[in-house]
Amino acid sequence: MDGVSIPLDHVLLLSALLFICGLLGLMMRRNIIFILVSLEVMLNSSAVAFVAAGARWGQADGQIVFMLILAVAAAEVAVGLGLVLQIQRRFKSLDMDDANRMRG
Amino acid sequence: MLKLLPLIPLFPLVSSILLMVTLGKMPRRVVAILGAGSVGLAAVVTVLVGLTFMASGQPHHQVLWTWMRVGDFSPDIAFYLDGLTLVMMSVITGVGFLIHLFSTEFMEDDVSFSRYFAYLNMFVFAMLILVMADNLLLLYLGWEGVGACSYLLIGFWYQDPANGAAARKAFVVTRIGDAAMAMGLFLLLTELGTLDIQPLTEVAKSKWQVGDTLPLIACLLLLGGAVGKSAQLPLHTWLPDAMAGPTPVSALIHAATMVTAGVYLIARTHELFLLAPIAMLVVAFVGLITSLMAAFTALNQHDIKRILAYSTISQIGYMFLALGVGAWAAGIFHLVTHAFFKALLFLAAGAVIHCLHHEHNIFNMGGLRTRLPVVFWSFLIGSAALAALPLTSGFFSKDMILLQAYKLPGAGPWLWVGGLLGALLTAIYSFRLVFVVFFGEAKMEPDKLPGIRMALPLSVLCALSIVGGWFALPLSSVFPATGDHHPSHLVEGISIAIPLIGLAIAYLIFLGGQLNVEGLVNSSGGQRLKKFWFSGWAIDWLYDQLWVRPYKFLALILKRECVDDIYNTIVSFSQFLFMALSHTQTGRLRWYATSMVFGLILVIALLQGVIR
Repeated sequence: MDGVSIPLDHVLLLSALLFICGLLGLMMRRNIIFILVSLEVMLNSSAVAFVAAGARWGQADGQIVFMLILAVAAAEVAVGLGLVLQIQRRFKSLDMDDANRMRG
Repeated sequence: MLKLLPLIPLFPLVSSILLMVTLGKMPRRVVAILGAGSVGLAAVVTVLVGLTFMASGQPHHQVLWTWMRVGDFSPDIAFYLDGLTLVMMSVITGVGFLIHLFSTEFMEDDVSFSRYFAYLNMFVFAMLILVMADNLLLLYLGWEGVGACSYLLIGFWYQDPANGAAARKAFVVTRIGDAAMAMGLFLLLTELGTLDIQPLTEVAKSKWQVGDTLPLIACLLLLGGAVGKSAQLPLHTWLPDAMAGPTPVSALIHAATMVTAGVYLIARTHELFLLAPIAMLVVAFVGLITSLMAAFTALNQHDIKRILAYSTISQIGYMFLALGVGAWAAGIFHLVTHAFFKALLFLAAGAVIHCLHHEHNIFNMGGLRTRLPVVFWSFLIGSAALAALPLTSGFFSKDMILLQAYKLPGAGPWLWVGGLLGALLTAIYSFRLVFVVFFGEAKMEPDKLPGIRMALPLSVLCALSIVGGWFALPLSSVFPATGDHHPSHLVEGISIAIPLIGLAIAYLIFLGGQLNVEGLVNSSGGQRLKKFWFSGWAIDWLYDQLWVRPYKFLALILKRECVDDIYNTIVSFSQFLFMALSHTQTGRLRWYATSMVFGLILVIALLQGVIR
């Protein structure tokens, strides 16, 4: 390969940072839209790690899995947005802490 | 003919079982024919057997089969027929049939018509087993059988909890006596090696001397059973409450037959009691004291059935008095005449209650003489016999008891005076009942008149109450002869005059009004005494304080058991865990996500060996 290659460590670091951002968002945001966004961020952080790993070992698997993750994310968003609509309709809010009827 | 003996209890048993298994699906007419007819058939067979027996005069012993065999002990299902058995059987089947006949009209509107006759026939069966039994174990079977039927019939109208409570009380109180009797049977079995009545008395007479301790203990234990069943002091409290049952039941069970089982038991084992003179004296005094206390109580009641209940207790007291002084035949004689006139009185009371919309309070009645003439004459004749007016059946039997009591050396005259006082009170309260209910102005109108099925038994019992004392019972071969020297004419004259004096007093107070006792009754002492006597000498209250409350208190303490603590700890621990864990289910998504993250971190840390 020509040119400057980005070291794997950096990509993994980026992936980890993105994952932590997404995780923190998931744990801290109350709005369901932002929770879904955080989930997307987390999914994509792992996708970055796969792509980088695939490039590092020179195999196509990483990119294949990235395609899979894209499909999963699309499906997840479809379900997630459906949930968002239902929650908005039932609770008249997007605050997930209001949807706590299943508390013990 | 004597071979027909087992048929007598068989008829009521078969009828009872038929009525039980058909679950009240039979038409009422069939139930009535079956219920009353089976006892009628038993009465007919009793007459046949009785005639044959009277012709030969020999006791008849009939073994049906061996009941069980445990080591040397093998009681039979066997019947023994002698004069005493015959007398009891005649009363049970004869009076029993009349009461069954009466019941077919009295109970005709009741929803549980068939159940009633099933119980009543079962009772007749058990009572017959009791009196026909050849051994004390079979007697005990009948004894418990009549107790169970009594329980079922007192609580017959079980929808009212008060009736259930009365039935329970009767069952528990008689159980105390039955426990004593069972212990007496154990003692007899271990000491004498048999429970067959005839061999038992032979062995007892050869093994024990008069005045020994063992026969005394055995007799006192048997007396315990008799006292419970026959409602004598101190176990008499159940009988007044037992009036919760239908009135014909009171007539049959709580006047004519079952409550006299104690008298029968003592008469049947009289050879044992002869070995224990102290026990006999106890019997006499129990009878006398009970009879006086019950008579005073009867004087103050206003429920027509309770008056008769206390009067029954009082009259059985007389029978015990007779047994205690050794006048066995007089006791059984009074049992028979009492069965006639008390059944008559109860049935007449039942007719009054039936015709007056279930009214029990005698002061709400009055003037029924012209409105219910059949009932009035029945009541009058019954009361005359109860009060022992001359020439009625009660007169002969009571007179015989009093004279025999008088002849007892030592305590005799005192027992006689006590008996006379009781007779005076009996006359007063029985005619108080007649005067208040049937004379004076009418306060209620009867809504129906007794039909033929009520009037017929009443008429027959009327006749028996009068002539029942004119014939000698076939008891001379059963009991030892009592001395026949007559006391002075003064003694006899007094015992004839006393009931008449009582009648006069009752007339002056309750009808003529010449004798005014209002002032005496309304004084503070009189009021207090009246209340005291009304409550039956406060014995219910005393037992409540002495036994019932401490027992309930103990039960309350013992409810908390330390063995239970182990299980309770397990229960409360798992409950605590449940509470703690259910708090983690907050229903908040972020909380779940966060806990998953931390859980994951923990797992990774463990796997990586960060934490060891």
